[in-house]
Amino acid sequence: MATVSLRNLVKAYGKTEVLHAISLDVADGEFVVFVGPSGCGKSTTLRMIAGLEEVSAGEIWIGDRAVNHLEPKDRNIAMVFQNYAIYPHMTVRKNIGFGLRTSKLSKPDRNRRIDEVAAILSMTDYLERKPAQLSGGQRQRVAIGRAMVRDPAVFLFDEPLSNLDAQLRTQMRLEIKKLHQRVGTTVIFVTHDQVEAMTMADRIVIMKDGSIQQVGTPAEVFHQPANIFVAQFIGAPSMNMLPARYAGGQISVAGQSIKATLPLPDGSDLTVGIRPDDLLVSAEPALFAGIVSVLEPLGSETLAHIDIGGRDLIATADGRSPPAVGARVHLAADTANLHFFAPTGEAVR
Amino acid sequence: MEGHAGTRSSLVWAANIATALMVLLWTIPTFGLLLTSLRDRDQIAASGWWKAPFASEQNSFVRAGTAVDQVAEGAIWVIVGNVLDEGEKLLAWGTNSRVPGAYAPDATVTLANDQVLTVAADGAYRLTSPSQFTETRGMRIFVTTLSPPRFTFENYTRVIGAEGLGQAFLNTFTVTIPATIIPILIAAFAAYALAWMEFPGRALLIAAIVGLLVVPLQLALIPLLKLHNDIGLGKGYMGIWLAHTGFGLPLAIYLLRNYMVGLPREIIESARVDGASDFQIFRRIILPLSFPALASFAIFQFLWVWNDLLVATVFLGNTREQLVMTGVLRELMGSRGGDWEILAASAFVSIAIPLVVFFAMQKYLVRGLLAGSVKGG
Repeated sequence: MATVSLRNLVKAYGKTEVLHAISLDVADGEFVVFVGPSGCGKSTTLRMIAGLEEVSAGEIWIGDRAVNHLEPKDRNIAMVFQNYAIYPHMTVRKNIGFGLRTSKLSKPDRNRRIDEVAAILSMTDYLERKPAQLSGGQRQRVAIGRAMVRDPAVFLFDEPLSNLDAQLRTQMRLEIKKLHQRVGTTVIFVTHDQVEAMTMADRIVIMKDGSIQQVGTPAEVFHQPANIFVAQFIGAPSMNMLPARYAGGQISVAGQSIKATLPLPDGSDLTVGIRPDDLLVSAEPALFAGIVSVLEPLGSETLAHIDIGGRDLIATADGRSPPAVGARVHLAADTANLHFFAPTGEAVR
Repeated sequence: MEGHAGTRSSLVWAANIATALMVLLWTIPTFGLLLTSLRDRDQIAASGWWKAPFASEQNSFVRAGTAVDQVAEGAIWVIVGNVLDEGEKLLAWGTNSRVPGAYAPDATVTLANDQVLTVAADGAYRLTSPSQFTETRGMRIFVTTLSPPRFTFENYTRVIGAEGLGQAFLNTFTVTIPATIIPILIAAFAAYALAWMEFPGRALLIAAIVGLLVVPLQLALIPLLKLHNDIGLGKGYMGIWLAHTGFGLPLAIYLLRNYMVGLPREIIESARVDGASDFQIFRRIILPLSFPALASFAIFQFLWVWNDLLVATVFLGNTREQLVMTGVLRELMGSRGGDWEILAASAFVSIAIPLVVFFAMQKYLVRGLLAGSVKGG
């Protein structure tokens, strides 16, 4: 077990810089998820921690060692890849035991270790099979087992669930989380799926275009997004955004005025964000009013797309008595749940 | 949609028929060569190999017994015997070379001097005469017979022993096996380095190897032989192994490198994270996964070395201990050009091993060839 620390980490291919001075401290035993759209540099960061990519500038510390110039095998890490990367010509037992080849364990000790890991992953019955005879979920479990068997200081996961179907993904998500709770090893997990990030992480690192946008617990990034990108990336459906204007302690948005005190100069433009969960369809006159254009029933609730004079907002309606399409409805929101963003995109509170 | 389906099925048929034709085109001469090599000289002269599996009609004559064979039976003298060999069937017989098939089996004919000849269907003949026979040469009985198909391994024993093909076969093996294994060993290492190890000048090296693919080997024959002589290697097996290795390496490296570069990057990275060194990755992961490509190249190199005459002529001596099979075949063509049975048997001996290799490893041939050209193939 160990802490991981990134200090002004830069990655450049020739003149193109793809990672811009990333700094992050991961505590011992923490489950950190890197999330962001594709091409944001999250996988590159992970591969640099693993030692599979050269570090252009900055430092990576694992525990009390700077590992910049260490080979992957000397960093005491284990990595699970998106395409499992298990060796097709070896049995499950040999796959899991591959990382033990270089260790100094005796053969019976090795086999005991493999059996232990297989038991944790409930793969004991499959130890003598070849990967071709396994399902996708089982293969991913073999890959995780291969990482676990070496008892590394840090686990690195590179989108390990994106090749699985939705149901299996949910199940494996839970299993990885349980595994982390049991073994308590530091985990760095990369995904592009914000649901995975929210459900698994102790802390989420949201990245975009090679920079960290926000680091925080799932609750923090959800309730106090640092900027418009984070606000829209986290949470589904995306946060509603409305252009607004701040003047004299009043925010005027879509023809309404809301009292607020913001650290902004008078007369500045801003963006108001409301999560669909916080925008409720109501019969009483409230904040906004508009025409229902589309309904998306989800069972316990119904998502209603409301047209409020040229702008489309997503609001939540009761699942049992949703409004009719074409009906005029009112939308209520607690002003405490509104998010405000300066023209630069930064959140203002 | 129906139209599409119809087109596709007719195309499948066309492909199947074309394949069948090609298979026939390839197997018929081989099969013919095999049958020819199993027949004796007379059979080859009398009929084509396609008649070999069937009984054949043959005209010949048999001499009846002479005076010493005669037996007195009361008042008449009798000579008996059989005109047929084991397994033959009598179709017709005669006593005159101009009409050799004049009489049916079991017919009785009266000849000059009141001699009477009967030839039964089972080939037994009976020649009787009222007076004592005086002939010292038996009379000729012409027979038309149906002979069963007959095959012989005589040709093989002859070419392998007397004609020296057996020794040449061993010589060819001595050349081929190391000349196949050595380049594979070298090329596998080179291919791994060129596919998965970062070092300056890698792209140039690959380009140079691709360039070497198109250099004709004839270019190097004389300088290489001179070099061999200068460094004291001379003409011998060591020299030809090295020559074949050199000539085979560009294709070997190119094929294997293309295959290895198509292996999933993650597998190799994963092994590196798991603590494997480059050599361990090569031996534990790359080599087993590259087996189809290795096998495919092995087949190519084996066949090419096996059938090679040019390189062998240049780098090996002309003695019985060093002459390879292609060399012996060439000599046989000169000295025994008319003896088809010898040539057919020799040819078949020389293609037997390539045939075995091809059939044993044919699935790798196609797989290895396609490998690297199609992603995930």
